[in-house]
Amino acid sequence: MGALPRVINTTAVRLSAMFIILFGLCALLIIVYMTAMAANFVIRETRTAVESELGELADIYVRGGFRFLVRDIERRSRRPGAFVYLVADARGRPLAGNIGDIEPGILDTTGWRSLPFHYARAGEITPLAELGGDAPRAVAYILPIQNGIRIVVGRDLADPVRFRSVMQRSVGLALSIMGIGGMMIWFLVGRRALLRIDAVAAASDNIIAGDLSQRLPVSNANDEFDRLSTSLNLMVGRIEKLNDGLREVSDSIAHDLKTPLTRLRNRAEDAIRNGDSKEDYREALHGMLGEADNMIAIFNAMLLISRVEAGHTKFTPSPVNISEIAVDLCDLYEPVVEDAGGIIVNKVSGDLTVQGNRELIGQALTNLLDNAAKYGLADGGQITLSAKDTKDAITLSVADAGHGIPVTDRKRVLERFVRLDASRTSNEKVRGSGLGLSLVAAIMRQHQGSLELDDGQPGLIARLVFPRDAFKKTSSRN
Amino acid sequence: MKILIIEDDKPSADYLKKALGEAGHGADVANDGASGHNMAQTGTYDALIVDRMLPEKSGLEIIAELREAGDMTPALILSALGEVDDRVTGLRAGGDDYLTKPYAFSELLARLETLQRRGAGAEAETLYQVGDLVLNRLSREVKRADQTIILQPREFRLLEYLMRNADRVVTRTMLLEHVWDYHFDPQTNVIDVHISRLRSKIEKGFDKPLLHTVRGAGYVMRE
Repeated sequence: MGALPRVINTTAVRLSAMFIILFGLCALLIIVYMTAMAANFVIRETRTAVESELGELADIYVRGGFRFLVRDIERRSRRPGAFVYLVADARGRPLAGNIGDIEPGILDTTGWRSLPFHYARAGEITPLAELGGDAPRAVAYILPIQNGIRIVVGRDLADPVRFRSVMQRSVGLALSIMGIGGMMIWFLVGRRALLRIDAVAAASDNIIAGDLSQRLPVSNANDEFDRLSTSLNLMVGRIEKLNDGLREVSDSIAHDLKTPLTRLRNRAEDAIRNGDSKEDYREALHGMLGEADNMIAIFNAMLLISRVEAGHTKFTPSPVNISEIAVDLCDLYEPVVEDAGGIIVNKVSGDLTVQGNRELIGQALTNLLDNAAKYGLADGGQITLSAKDTKDAITLSVADAGHGIPVTDRKRVLERFVRLDASRTSNEKVRGSGLGLSLVAAIMRQHQGSLELDDGQPGLIARLVFPRDAFKKTSSRN
Repeated sequence: MKILIIEDDKPSADYLKKALGEAGHGADVANDGASGHNMAQTGTYDALIVDRMLPEKSGLEIIAELREAGDMTPALILSALGEVDDRVTGLRAGGDDYLTKPYAFSELLARLETLQRRGAGAEAETLYQVGDLVLNRLSREVKRADQTIILQPREFRLLEYLMRNADRVVTRTMLLEHVWDYHFDPQTNVIDVHISRLRSKIEKGFDKPLLHTVRGAGYVMRE
């Protein structure tokens, strides 16, 4: 596609063309009006001059008679820039003046003749009939005096006509320059707009083709294009982030479900190929059941997270005694921790109550204890549960003695299916679903609180923060 | 055991009926709330499996109306919702247990069998006995072959629940629910560790195992 048709196709250029046409029409009207006015003025002025000349000549005629008149006309005819004069006899033959010949029929009229007529100058050799349209033209007053003798006093029209044509030409030239200049400016403006739109369109095409990292160009002019591009860029950025999140989750889902599915399949295949006895098949089926249960558990966790995150898990907040939960769950986890060579210490005292749901808070604390038991007992050591009761919030903490989570990873581990490399590669027994902390974070969000991860030096401290103003009326007793 | 399944999803209902049949239980199926309510009123069943979301009449309405009419047939509510408050409303409406879809059939069967036992009024016993192991609920004593076994309170509750449901499979989720009173899926091996500790206390020095692991399902106390 050539540049010109595209320029013409822009709104700016189309509007400009319309504007030029309107402007041209107005200019044309102005030219017509101005020249008409000018011509009118010249004619009126000519008539006045001719009439005053006639007045003078009439005086001379009255005082000096015909002879004087003729002599005076001869004298006046020779002056530079003279009027046109003719004294003709009854048959139309010139007796005096600077007109040699005149259009036939003119002398038969009398009075002011505003319609221009052709004439030949005195001494002109070529006859008037042959001069035709090239003959000079004039307007004149025809006055009969005596014995059919007529005096013609008039003015040559060469000057006004030249004036008019000069004026028409200069106005036309000015208009043409204006028109061409306008077209050029509009072309450049339209082209500039087009270039920017082309850039935006090219970037959009890339985005549509799937490259969400692409951004629309933003110049530093801060004009309407830039404002539009900036907000579109923000939108694309948001979409990119959502898309990345979605892709990450679906990749993880694919990966996390593919692994147990593959194992499931392998077991079935192995049983078919190598199983001899009922016992072998039973064994294989049990293994497959375990894998299926594992997948169901992953799905359940995912569903719970998305329900909690979407706010679908509605519960009526009621007072929940978190000290009791801490006692119960320490009790639940004590054997696991002891088997792993560690000890669990519950320092949560008193009778702390928060607003919320006992099951969800229990689930959250279970996940934290589970993580602590799996990853937080690298060299044996201690898992400590403690609580802090401050003016703003009640905080329940689980501290372990493991390697902790590097600062850079603390935000990432809250995302779904994120397992730190260390935990991914460690043995089968401690392989988690990568959903535990995401679920805790989601539960805490539903409780209008938060999950904080901190460095325990050594180990990880995970804190469940229940703000006192959550659900407007959190209460606690000591 | 004769069971009524009220479930509008035909394939699930048929699967349940078939699986229950294989476990030795007869089952009838109703595919909507109204006919389910009708069948529950007219027939005699040992337990009901009721889906929460049903055409014409919801599962909770059926149970509430049955209870009002004095029908105390144990009812297990099935729900696809699985929201935390649902369990509470379900049990408040008169349901005896609550299970979220998707569920493992072994879990459903285990719960159904303990429900049925509860319905038969086994709660009142003070003495549970499995083989030579005896648990006294009043004196809180546990003896095996006349040797006293010292258990921690939590271990006692665990054993008590297992022995009350002797010869029936109990799942890990059921143990977490009844011994610790929490209703979420226990993490992988938490319950197993408790069981193995209990097992070592009641079986150490004795020949005959009493506490058996049922793979893919849970545990059972059996002579």
